[in-house]
Amino acid sequence: MGNTLDMAQLELRAVNSTLQEAASTKANDAYVIDNPRGSHALACGLNGPVDVTINGSTGYYCAGMNQDASVTVKGSAGPGVAENMMSGTVTIEGDASQYAGATGHGGLLNIKGNASSRCGISMKGIDIVVHGSIGHMSAFMGQKGNLVVLGDAGDALGDSLYEARLFVRGTVKSLGADCVEKEMRPEHLEFLADILAKAGAEAKPEEFKRYGSARTLYNFDIDNADAY
Amino acid sequence: MDKTPNTTPRQSWTFSNDVNSDIRRAAATGIYDIRGGGAKRRVPHFDDLLFLGASMSRYPLEGYREKCDTSVTLGTRFAKKPIELKIPVTIAGMSFGALSGQAKEALGRGATLAGTSTTTGDGGMTPEERGHSEKLIYQYLPSRYGMNPDDLRRADAIEIVVGQGAKPGGGGMLLGQKITERVAGMRDLPEGIDQRSACRHPDWTGPDDLEIKILELREITNWEKPIYIKVGGARPYYDTALAVKAGADVVVLDGMQGGTAATQDVFIEHVGQPTLACIRPAVQALQDLGMHREVQLVVSGGIRNGADVAKALALGADAVAIGTAALIALGDNDPKWEDEYQKLGTTAGAYDDWHEGRDPAGITTQDPELSARLDPIAAGRRLRNYLNVMTLECQTIARACGKSHVHNLEPEDLCALTMEAAAMARVPLAGTDWYPGKPGF
Repeated sequence: MGNTLDMAQLELRAVNSTLQEAASTKANDAYVIDNPRGSHALACGLNGPVDVTINGSTGYYCAGMNQDASVTVKGSAGPGVAENMMSGTVTIEGDASQYAGATGHGGLLNIKGNASSRCGISMKGIDIVVHGSIGHMSAFMGQKGNLVVLGDAGDALGDSLYEARLFVRGTVKSLGADCVEKEMRPEHLEFLADILAKAGAEAKPEEFKRYGSARTLYNFDIDNADAY
Repeated sequence: MDKTPNTTPRQSWTFSNDVNSDIRRAAATGIYDIRGGGAKRRVPHFDDLLFLGASMSRYPLEGYREKCDTSVTLGTRFAKKPIELKIPVTIAGMSFGALSGQAKEALGRGATLAGTSTTTGDGGMTPEERGHSEKLIYQYLPSRYGMNPDDLRRADAIEIVVGQGAKPGGGGMLLGQKITERVAGMRDLPEGIDQRSACRHPDWTGPDDLEIKILELREITNWEKPIYIKVGGARPYYDTALAVKAGADVVVLDGMQGGTAATQDVFIEHVGQPTLACIRPAVQALQDLGMHREVQLVVSGGIRNGADVAKALALGADAVAIGTAALIALGDNDPKWEDEYQKLGTTAGAYDDWHEGRDPAGITTQDPELSARLDPIAAGRRLRNYLNVMTLECQTIARACGKSHVHNLEPEDLCALTMEAAAMARVPLAGTDWYPGKPGF
């Protein structure tokens, strides 16, 4: 098949440069990657509409800094999948390791399994949907965007949160500093219905709780020193 | 009538007026002191070293007639497009946000006129800065404010900031006064809040991870850009060795005199090592790995003149970076604003409340009226002049030592005035052939 890249035969640089060139031409090409064998930095830096399906699991930073491309990992993803993603869609059929979607500015990161610790750390506008559960310290210092979790959240969810919105259907082991449960308003339910549909997630918006910043740490106050 | 003589009132060295004022300030406010700049305490520095010059056994070069090259190439290890500089002095990373747009533009203009590079900071790349900087180094910081792949590709090199000399192990803080609409927009934060920058990168820990992170950055940028790793002066031997292991093209080493936009005074003055103490261990690490000159070393923290540049190069650096000195060249702490410094409770030369955004010189501020005081074209020319003077001074010394390239300066060209400087720089105490720790003694 013309658009299959086999990493049993090709080096990472060759695979990435082929994908990057295809993305740049904005021709909406589709590529299949075979034998990824846990390669790091696979399908990173794509800056246009290209469809990439990876048959297997990936190492660190798969689809890093993605722009407009659609990347699907038919396996699990190592640390930092879709880190600093700007736009497009990244789908992980299996589980994702630490820092999934770290510092992401936009687009949709759709994790069908679980995500480990620090999912959405310093997120800056990305939408992340995790069909399973997430680990501790997720959305730490989250600035913008939405983290939607169908399962449970680990310790210190949303610690030192800015304006990112967190939606969890299951239990939250503990909330981090300055993160509080907030009222679910109609616009949030509407948003959830939309993103759950986009992510193909079978859940009802009403089942979720919303968490966000209490904004008490926004300007330093010595009386809050214990929270730091 | 006899009068019993009084002893002169005696101030305590331990509880000096400065110390007491710190105690009173802490008692009144309940919060530590935050300020900009680097360490102000006296630490062993380049002033404690001297060049020996030419003699019977060294042949000098004729000033103004015989060539003394100052060019530097950074990033020769892996990058397809290394950075070529005319002079061995670069401009260190300082953010738009900490500095006004005009100040960033002036830094770009001055650096470009002098044939060197300038560096972004914690806040992303502005179009003005990119437009006025022929060679722009893009910092990759823990906060990742404004980080995006388009700017990454627009940059001439990428500097991964692990630490800085003013606060090794510390994150950043930009107080709400400086988080204007534009600064907030670039950082994806609400306007007017205190912006905290993380002290660790969010998606890697340790040199093994960093190696993979560097692979990703190279893959995104087609292996074109040199990758610098900036470390604070903490454990320079191991930090340098690990940076090389992680795949750096260039190591930037920032001693404790290196400035910051804002952090705790206690951090600035009590964490990290003096620049002078950091260079030889870093060079030793490069030499032990067979990487000296293959991975370039840029030293920063308290570089003020061509003599400092020459001394840093003689100790093994490939180039230096300046931050505080560049701001002074632009007009920071100029006595012409003394009346206004007095109103702020300080004086020209001592002003360091950069985080408050009320800089009379219009440099460390986002206030439109204050920042309009700085003419980026004139300030850029001042910086160009200053960079040229530093280079000429460095060449003067190099020629006197008989060197046709400033990189040919070597530790054997130096002696030390103090035991401490001799130990740190590993050059003999003046008048002796000995330094503390010298093997064989």
